[in-house]
Amino acid sequence: MVQTEAYLMLSMVLFVLGTMGVLLRRSAILVFMSVELMLNATNLALAAFARQWGSENGHMFAFFIITVAAAEVAVGLALIVAIFRTKRSINIDELHQLEG
Amino acid sequence: MENYAQLVPLIILIPSIGAFINLFVGARLPERAVAIIGSTAAILSFVVALLLYSYLSGGGAPVVVNPPFFDGWIRVAEIDISWQMRVDTLSVTMMMLVTGVGSLIHIYSAGYMHGDPRFHRFFAYLNMFFAFMLTLVAGNNFLMMFVGWEGVGLCSFLLIGFWFDKTRGVGWRNSLAARKAFIVNRVGDFGLMTAIFLIFWTFGTLDFYRPGEIANVEYAAHHASAAADDGHAAASDHGESASAHGESAVGAEEGAHGASTGSEVVYTNNDHIPTNQLGVFGQAERFLEEHHQVDFGPFSLPIETVLVLITLFMLIGAAGKSAQIPLFVWLPDAMAGPTPVSALIHAATMVTAGVYMMVRSNVFFYEADLTSLIVTLVGVGTALVGGFIALGQWDIKRVLAYSTVSQLGFMVAAVGIGAYSAAMFHLVTHAFFKALLFLGSGSVIHGMEHGHHAVSHGHDDHHDAHHQEEFDPQDMRNMGGLRHKMPITYITYLIGTLALAGIFPLAGFWSKDEILADSWLVGLFDNNIGGYIALGGLLLAAGFTAFYMWRQVTMVFYGSPRHEAAEHAHESPPTMTIPLIALAILSIAGGFINVPSGVLGLDGIFGAHRFTDWLAQSVVHAHAADFQALIALGALGLAVGAIFLASNLYGRDRAVVNHRDPLQTMATTAPIFSFANARLYWDEIYNRLFERPFNWLGKFLADVIDWRFWHDYVHDQVIGKGFNTIARLLANPVDLGLIDGVVNGIGALTKWVSGGARRIQTGYVRTYAITLLFGVVVVIIVLMLPLINNGG
Repeated sequence: MVQTEAYLMLSMVLFVLGTMGVLLRRSAILVFMSVELMLNATNLALAAFARQWGSENGHMFAFFIITVAAAEVAVGLALIVAIFRTKRSINIDELHQLEG
Repeated sequence: MENYAQLVPLIILIPSIGAFINLFVGARLPERAVAIIGSTAAILSFVVALLLYSYLSGGGAPVVVNPPFFDGWIRVAEIDISWQMRVDTLSVTMMMLVTGVGSLIHIYSAGYMHGDPRFHRFFAYLNMFFAFMLTLVAGNNFLMMFVGWEGVGLCSFLLIGFWFDKTRGVGWRNSLAARKAFIVNRVGDFGLMTAIFLIFWTFGTLDFYRPGEIANVEYAAHHASAAADDGHAAASDHGESASAHGESAVGAEEGAHGASTGSEVVYTNNDHIPTNQLGVFGQAERFLEEHHQVDFGPFSLPIETVLVLITLFMLIGAAGKSAQIPLFVWLPDAMAGPTPVSALIHAATMVTAGVYMMVRSNVFFYEADLTSLIVTLVGVGTALVGGFIALGQWDIKRVLAYSTVSQLGFMVAAVGIGAYSAAMFHLVTHAFFKALLFLGSGSVIHGMEHGHHAVSHGHDDHHDAHHQEEFDPQDMRNMGGLRHKMPITYITYLIGTLALAGIFPLAGFWSKDEILADSWLVGLFDNNIGGYIALGGLLLAAGFTAFYMWRQVTMVFYGSPRHEAAEHAHESPPTMTIPLIALAILSIAGGFINVPSGVLGLDGIFGAHRFTDWLAQSVVHAHAADFQALIALGALGLAVGAIFLASNLYGRDRAVVNHRDPLQTMATTAPIFSFANARLYWDEIYNRLFERPFNWLGKFLADVIDWRFWHDYVHDQVIGKGFNTIARLLANPVDLGLIDGVVNGIGALTKWVSGGARRIQTGYVRTYAITLLFGVVVVIIVLMLPLINNGG
């Protein structure tokens, strides 16, 4: 059986990749996808712990996260569309009107 | 016997009403009505004084009367001064003198002031003077006396300057004289006030005597035993108030503890009264027995020393009011007032206030040996200086003024040697003959003015014509031979002169002799050097008196007229001559109230030392002096000799030629005469000594201290410039620099800090995200730290 540490390592790699994507990508879509990647890395970690401890709680959290992520995607994509309609771009570096 | 003592407030009230009526409606009343109102007020108060006299001479006890409406006059903290009046023999003597002589002078004034445009005001002032003078003598405390003292000073000022509007500078001279009198008296008042303050501090009260207190315990005891011998029970006759019984002559058998007659206890001494309930004099006697120390805060003094201080300050007050060295200079100038004023205020009554005060305070003076010696020296010195200056004066009133100064010196010297009753006796007789002489001189002046008027009318009908030429109706060099023109004036004046000179048996002889005899006895038996000084000095002064008075009589009445005004002079109206006659009778008979025993059997007729016995009730240290034949004859011989000398010098035909005195023409006496004529340069010395330094100091204070130092330097330089400098300093570095710097600095700092801090808000989502990340990492590390440590 694959050890939990391996899942966790994978989960960590995925999370770091997602984080890097959020921080470094300019396209709103890609940032969005990176957020999804981070969420799913978390899901993986939760599922791995649930399997290790034989508890249902981890699965429950994973389902919740999937549900919330689906809702978030709907809202997020709507935002991106709205931004694109006003700015004709989804480059988030151009969105710095709140600069101090 | 009725209890007339309760009437005493009327004696002040009546003249006050008279003064108010004449002051406010007198201008609209005819002259006759004004004179009647004024004189009636005076005579009514004389009647009150007579009733008081009848009360006391009928054996009435001295009373303290509380008039209605005036209870608790001044009541602040522990000060409680009531408007109380004292009816005793001393105050009633003064009241009778003031109102009696004053009434005559009121009547005389009605004639003398006839036609004056301010006739009503004159009478209002005279009545006002009455009210104040009677307040002075009737008051039972030093403050009331002081009120009267200041009031008569005010009346004196008003009346000296009464003719302030005379033409050709005379009015100005009059008002200067008035101011001089007022200011010189203020110097004396300073002394009196200090004395009053000291008295209050020492005794805690200003009352002379408290109700029920006995002034002269020995006298009361003596009379009590006399009354007991006679089987009198006087208490039942007395009035209802317990205070009236204070010195009542009952209960002597019971001795010091008093006896109960019916429901009341009557005491014959003060032993039952606690010390702080006594008046000042009673307290002083207790304090002396106890050798009391008077506490003055940082130091304390024995009571004897305090009494010396009090009496010395009183002497300053008396010197001001009674015209003694060094403050007598105002009195001769006060002759600028109308002659009745000179007679009433500046000879008979007001100027004796100082003597009255000292006799009233005889308990103090008796115990203050040092002061008594100084008082003697002042009195003798004044008697000599006044008498000497009078030798060289031309003005008829000025001679009398200096004579008054001199005679007041006699009285003060008598106080100094402890002859209090002799001082009062001389005060009374002097009031008679000096009032007579002044009124006589007024009659002469009146006659001279009318004579002059008649002469100038002969030449020129224009009314003011005679005002234009130089003529002094008071200059004796213009007179002469008036005895035929003014016979009544002449005879009365002669009587006054002889009385003043001390010729037997006129009033002045007895009173002057008593002072001389007493000073001789004091010197002989008490070994008191002051007695001999008084005897020698006063004898010489008595010689001066006889000389200058006879010089005056000769120059005025004898010989032939030296001016056509004197030729046309005529006798004065009856309103003026009747008071003269009345006063002449008093001047003849006045001395018999106090004849010594064993002189030509006179005491069999009039009773020996009646006046002294009468005063003893209220004057503790009153005593009678036995007749000293040697001294009496010596003084009489001196007076007669001086009269002969004067009559030899001035009686010759054309003795006074070209306005020059015979003494002036003789080489040996010329310098002495000019010295007397220049009034010993006394005013000039004061001018040098006080006026010039005073003016210089005033100028210095005004120019240098006030203007240059205070205004130019302190105000302009120090305060003005200093203020500007400080203001500028506060405005520029402090306000603009410091305060604004702090406020602006806070603003700038905030701006600078926020300018830096705003860069954090980049607006890039990425920045926020990475910040979030860091935050999360930090939170995780913090959460993990315990695990790491435990695990480590």
